[in-house]
Amino acid sequence: MIKYVAQRLALMIVILAGVMVVTFALSRVLPGSPIEMMLGHRPTQEQIDLARAKLHVDEPIYTQFSYYVADMVRGDFGESLRTGRPVLEDVLERMTATFEVTTLAVILVVLVGVPLGVLSAVKQNHLVDHGARSFSIAGMALPVFLIGMMLQMLFYGELSWLPLQGRMNSEILLDYEFPRVTGLYLIDTLLAGQWLAFKSAAAHLVLPVLTLSIASLAVVTRITRNTMVEVLAQDYILTLKAYGMRKRRIYFLYALKATLIPMLTVIGLTYGFMLGGSVVVEYVFDWPGLGGYVVGAITKNDFPAVMGVTLFLSTIYLSVNLVIDLLYYLVDPRLRAT
Amino acid sequence: MSSLDGFQANPALQPSWTRRISHFASTNTLLFVGGGIFLLIILAALFAPWIVPFEPNKIDFSHKLLAPSLEHLMGTDALGRDIFSRVVYGAQTSLIIGITVLAISMAIGVPIGLAAGYFGGKVDMLLMRISDIFLAFPPLLLPIAITAALGAGLFNAMLALAISWFPWYARIVRGSVMAIRKELYIDAARAMGVGSLRIMFRHALPNSWTPAIVQGSMDFGYTILAAASLSFIGIGAKPPTIEWGLMVALSRSKFLDYWWTAAFPGLAIFVTVLAVNLLGDGIRDMLDPKYRSGR
Repeated sequence: MIKYVAQRLALMIVILAGVMVVTFALSRVLPGSPIEMMLGHRPTQEQIDLARAKLHVDEPIYTQFSYYVADMVRGDFGESLRTGRPVLEDVLERMTATFEVTTLAVILVVLVGVPLGVLSAVKQNHLVDHGARSFSIAGMALPVFLIGMMLQMLFYGELSWLPLQGRMNSEILLDYEFPRVTGLYLIDTLLAGQWLAFKSAAAHLVLPVLTLSIASLAVVTRITRNTMVEVLAQDYILTLKAYGMRKRRIYFLYALKATLIPMLTVIGLTYGFMLGGSVVVEYVFDWPGLGGYVVGAITKNDFPAVMGVTLFLSTIYLSVNLVIDLLYYLVDPRLRAT
Repeated sequence: MSSLDGFQANPALQPSWTRRISHFASTNTLLFVGGGIFLLIILAALFAPWIVPFEPNKIDFSHKLLAPSLEHLMGTDALGRDIFSRVVYGAQTSLIIGITVLAISMAIGVPIGLAAGYFGGKVDMLLMRISDIFLAFPPLLLPIAITAALGAGLFNAMLALAISWFPWYARIVRGSVMAIRKELYIDAARAMGVGSLRIMFRHALPNSWTPAIVQGSMDFGYTILAAASLSFIGIGAKPPTIEWGLMVALSRSKFLDYWWTAAFPGLAIFVTVLAVNLLGDGIRDMLDPKYRSGR
């Protein structure tokens, strides 16, 4: 166990170092002076000197890289040109908003996509199967921003059921104080017992979560179906059927267990897809998370902010995959045997 | 000796061409439907100047935000430009994006995969770990970071997508080269003193690129989607380039009241990607019987 964990952890650190090489290369080696990129246009001489000292530009590139890594490891991502604050502060303040949407979306996708995929595999080539497959083919061809805008048109424009964008009504935000304990509005409002604020937070979450889910739902349904079809063709399933075991028990206990490993892989990939997709979704819904922050940073040439968020989200993604690797260990007895 | 000697196929028993085509269409429905729509899109892109009723970039404020009608099939946008004409021209951009991104990512990924698979050992380790790094970023985030570094613009966005996508081709080609590197003809070529480079490109590549082609046909749609997303958030195509994602982005402040400004370019992306995906699935089914229909 310890050896397996150590191996995974070491691999993650190696890849993270590689990721830093890429972000370092992007911020130093590519066209344009890094100083200019860090300070924006027309910096004062004093600012330039300070930045030169900070970046150690007069030293060899590998020395520069070691300083860079040291900064990143300490969480010093530099200062945002737009907000004038340390990038890490901005990131930490906004990450909970992104975390709230992506996590709810992952949960929704797993809760809907897995049963749908199983159903589709069990009822192979029946109506349900065709429906689920058409849905997943269509879902994969829809651009995320279009899904979001169509939902806005329907639920805000036509039906007026849900808010257009944002994380909470500004009046409610001003009138009802609730302490930011977790940063997740759903939990914070409940903890403070602010029912109205909770309702507002929930209503604002519906469309972004749905948008982010639909595209991934297509992928998860499809993969669950295909692995399930494979598992159902195995001899031991036939044996169970021959023994007269109840169908539902076979499907959801014995067959689903065998699909756990590919499912874990998919969930990891889905989480990564959502972290990337959140950039577009947050832009559409004016959501105050990391994705919206990156887009705003790019349009203002706020380079340290873009690289900071990239590195931060990649670390999160790698950590999620590390957790999934560890779950493999729990799920797959073959890994424990070696 | 054999009873088959002198056997000649009876031409009357051979299926006719029409039969063959209809059989092909019924066993490869997806390929046929997807291919048909895709062909229409290619034709629209090629003959855009002759199809469109209006100049796609002609601004005409007296005709702004008109609902779809017989004159303006898909209505007009906030600057009075005919959306139908712009959607047709947008096909050109999307096809160019798909082809360019795939070409660049294959140009990077295929040689890496070839070298990794052919040499194996440490070379393989090194090249694959480098590729893995590019897969460690959440999808779409790396292209965004690269575009931010290179500067916003359609070409940079395409380059960024290619750089973040090449590892998939490296992996696939590596896998199939690994499978054939012990074959006799590779040994024979080596024994005759053929150089490694020549063996890789002349002998290994032609025998191992089917999976990469299949993957490419399935990635084409993804590429168009990703590029549209980059344009949508403002770091891809810039006016006067006509790109569907950009058109949707420009309609963002008005689409609740004027749905057609967003709906038709969005629909164009959907239909194109759907057609390409169906075509890709069909090609995969055809080249790789493992995935034949019903799965």
